[in-house]
Amino acid sequence: MATATIDSPDTHDDHDEHHATSTGISNTKLAMWTFLGSECLLFGGLISTYLLYKTRRGPGPDNTAIPTDIFDIPFTSVSSFVLLMSSLTMVLALSALTRGDNAATRAWLLSTAMLGSVFIGGQVYEFTGFIREGVGFTHNPASSAFFTLTGFHGVHVSLGILMLMSLYVASKQGKLTPKHTETVEIVGLYWHFVDVVWIFIFTVIYLIPVD
Amino acid sequence: MAIIEEPLALTSGEAATAERPLGGLTRPQGGNGWRDWLSTVDHKKIGIMYGVSAMFFFVVGGIEALLIRWQLAAPEGQLLSAEVYNQVFTMHGVTMVFLFIMPLAAAFANYLIPLQIGARDVAFPRLNALSFWIWISGAIFLNSSWIVGGGGADCGWFCYSPNSGLAFSPSHGVDFYAIGLQIAGIASLLGAVNLIVTVLNMRAPGMSLFRMPILTWMLLVTQFLLLFALPVITVALFLLMFDRLFDAQFFNPATGGDPLLWQHLFWIFGHPEVYIIILPSFGIISEIIPTFSRKPIFGYSFMVFSGIAIGFMGWGVWAHHMFVSGIGPFSVAAFSLSTMFIAVPTGVKILNWLATMWGGKLLFSTPMLFAVGAVAMFTIGGLSGVTHALAPADTQQTDTYYIVAHFHYVIFGGGVLGLMGGLYFWWPKIFGHMLNETWGKVHFWIMLIGFNLTFGPMHVLGLQGMSRRIDTYSPGFGFELWNMVATIGAFIIALSVLVFFYNVWRSRRDAPNLPAPGPDPWDARSLEWMIPSPTPEHNFDEVPVVESEDEWWHRKYGYDENKRVVRIATIEEVAQDGSAEGVHLPAPSFWPLVLALGLPLIGYGLIFNLWLCVLGGALTGLALYSWALEPVDDPDADHGHDDHHDDDDGGDDDAAEPEAVTSGAEGGE
Repeated sequence: MATATIDSPDTHDDHDEHHATSTGISNTKLAMWTFLGSECLLFGGLISTYLLYKTRRGPGPDNTAIPTDIFDIPFTSVSSFVLLMSSLTMVLALSALTRGDNAATRAWLLSTAMLGSVFIGGQVYEFTGFIREGVGFTHNPASSAFFTLTGFHGVHVSLGILMLMSLYVASKQGKLTPKHTETVEIVGLYWHFVDVVWIFIFTVIYLIPVD
Repeated sequence: MAIIEEPLALTSGEAATAERPLGGLTRPQGGNGWRDWLSTVDHKKIGIMYGVSAMFFFVVGGIEALLIRWQLAAPEGQLLSAEVYNQVFTMHGVTMVFLFIMPLAAAFANYLIPLQIGARDVAFPRLNALSFWIWISGAIFLNSSWIVGGGGADCGWFCYSPNSGLAFSPSHGVDFYAIGLQIAGIASLLGAVNLIVTVLNMRAPGMSLFRMPILTWMLLVTQFLLLFALPVITVALFLLMFDRLFDAQFFNPATGGDPLLWQHLFWIFGHPEVYIIILPSFGIISEIIPTFSRKPIFGYSFMVFSGIAIGFMGWGVWAHHMFVSGIGPFSVAAFSLSTMFIAVPTGVKILNWLATMWGGKLLFSTPMLFAVGAVAMFTIGGLSGVTHALAPADTQQTDTYYIVAHFHYVIFGGGVLGLMGGLYFWWPKIFGHMLNETWGKVHFWIMLIGFNLTFGPMHVLGLQGMSRRIDTYSPGFGFELWNMVATIGAFIIALSVLVFFYNVWRSRRDAPNLPAPGPDPWDARSLEWMIPSPTPEHNFDEVPVVESEDEWWHRKYGYDENKRVVRIATIEEVAQDGSAEGVHLPAPSFWPLVLALGLPLIGYGLIFNLWLCVLGGALTGLALYSWALEPVDDPDADHGHDDHHDDDDGGDDDAAEPEAVTSGAEGGE
């Protein structure tokens, strides 16, 4: 970590991408990859839970509806498309920062956050619709598993939006310069990961038919 | 902290201690006493705090164990009611696993990994402090259920559904279990990310992966296991929490929930957890045995690869905990086979330790006694483990004291004895004085005898059919004798722990009158022994260039023309003297502590009043952003010397904001 006056050059500030680390990947980027590896298992556990419970309606006449009875595939397809497009704007933000074009960086960061917000808005709309139609979180194992899985994903997207907006504010204050491309890249890693996870969730919940 | 009390000016001329721009605390500059400890980001101090806290919880868990044994000493025990007994054995297990062994292993990992790979600190020093503070806040949260939660969790440490549901466990104990373990899990997850990056990225020049000491290797495998196992238990604990606090329908069979889901999720975490507990001890044993056998480790690459193999195979055996759960003959057969297979890499390790000792000049100092004791006891536990792999036998043994005997031989015999050996081995490196050898040997023998008296008879009790977790038993089943022996043994273990504490106190008292141990009291082999004892704050004066496995040994010894080992240098000639000055170290910070305080608040909020969650969440968010906006005099933030001092950006914290973002990602889950 430390830079000593008597250090040999290769111990300088291993944290910085401009200096050598043992693997050549910066510490922060490696940490993000490592963390995303862990996230795979988190969503793996949640998806498994949903797969196990997706048709469990629970007992009683009131608890018969499950999410797959009432969801709106075209609607969710559109909001999924919106989320996937945000990966494109994320890449454009990174590319703009690499060119040193701060205005474009901000524009693309903002549009990424906006697309993410539209997705979250769609999720809120879907959730309230479900609850109105009597499929609440506590209704039966299928709905509990549905809300938990999509809710966890929604929280991840929301945290990503928070990060994007932090970057946006930093850029507004002139603190986000081309030498910070790696930071944007790391936030991008997280954002793309959340998108990729959604592809799996969307497939599992909406595309694979329930018999 | 003397070194950074007067921080160096950065090359740009900017003062290294710029005001923090967001109000509140200024970045602390070290200093003295408790503030130094509360704000430290030094991996060594954090390691010591982990160790001290772990030993505290060892005593807590030990007292719970003594209560259990007192209750069972004779038939019809009256010390504890059945309800309290359930809470005590649950909290004994949870405390020993999550609050003693794991943090004690984390203590070794924190203290030793940077030293063994030739680094000045871990990759993310503040994150490291955060791990510790989150862990300790989770630990205190978990135990606070005794006071505010209406008693401890009472569902056993693996907390099977539906026992863990509101119907059978109406007090808040299980809520504290679910949330407390999640908090502790965040700590371990952050620690795992940090230490994996440290090992992969911060090795000294020449320290290739296959020159790393075995301990570092085993700790690396452990961190990967934590990384992948913790999210699974996180899912399980979330589902349990949603069930209990928000009326979700995950584990209630009456409404279509499936208790087996909990068992699968728990053991997918729980079996790797066994290796999370045992591998650090394996690493320590692999350092101690070569040192005291005066030989290099036998089959270095076999040791490494068997550790990696255990890490992989540990994911394919979880259902052997569930042979009587009705998972079907095919699953039982498959997991039975995989469980037998995992004995192979473990056996490789045991044989390699024996081969290391074979023909060596054995020196039975205290660390060596503990290491050899651990190998012997682990072998017994491993053999009884193989008997569980046979599903028909396991069906007979499930939930009997035979299981209790088995896992205590593995975890206490293999794990705790090894960690104890590690304490004796590295004590001089950490505190600058040796532990008394005579008392150390007394400690070892009392502990070994007490251990075998306690857990040996449990094999017999289990085969006689005594269930685990019963709060008492009637006379006439033939359980009396061995229960009494086990209780006597438990108190002998307690005595040995007292001997250890006495030894710590006495050795410290005597230290000024004894010769200093010097950098390398054991004539050992790895890099941490080339620097003074206790370790100077900056670790290495000069980062060593590594040319071989067992680098430090090769600096002391060479070969003559007959290929015989000869001494080529004295320790004093090749050791560093710790005299480097002006080493730029990461500045301390209070924000990890503040952030960690927010999490138990959220926990209490979930249980008692959601407004507390808002408060805790606000504190956490404030701490995250304050953390990120701390001044740049901080290697944790992304800075080099010529970086971020350009004229065009305000100059105060341009590199820090991005850190906010990554911290947010890591801390926010």
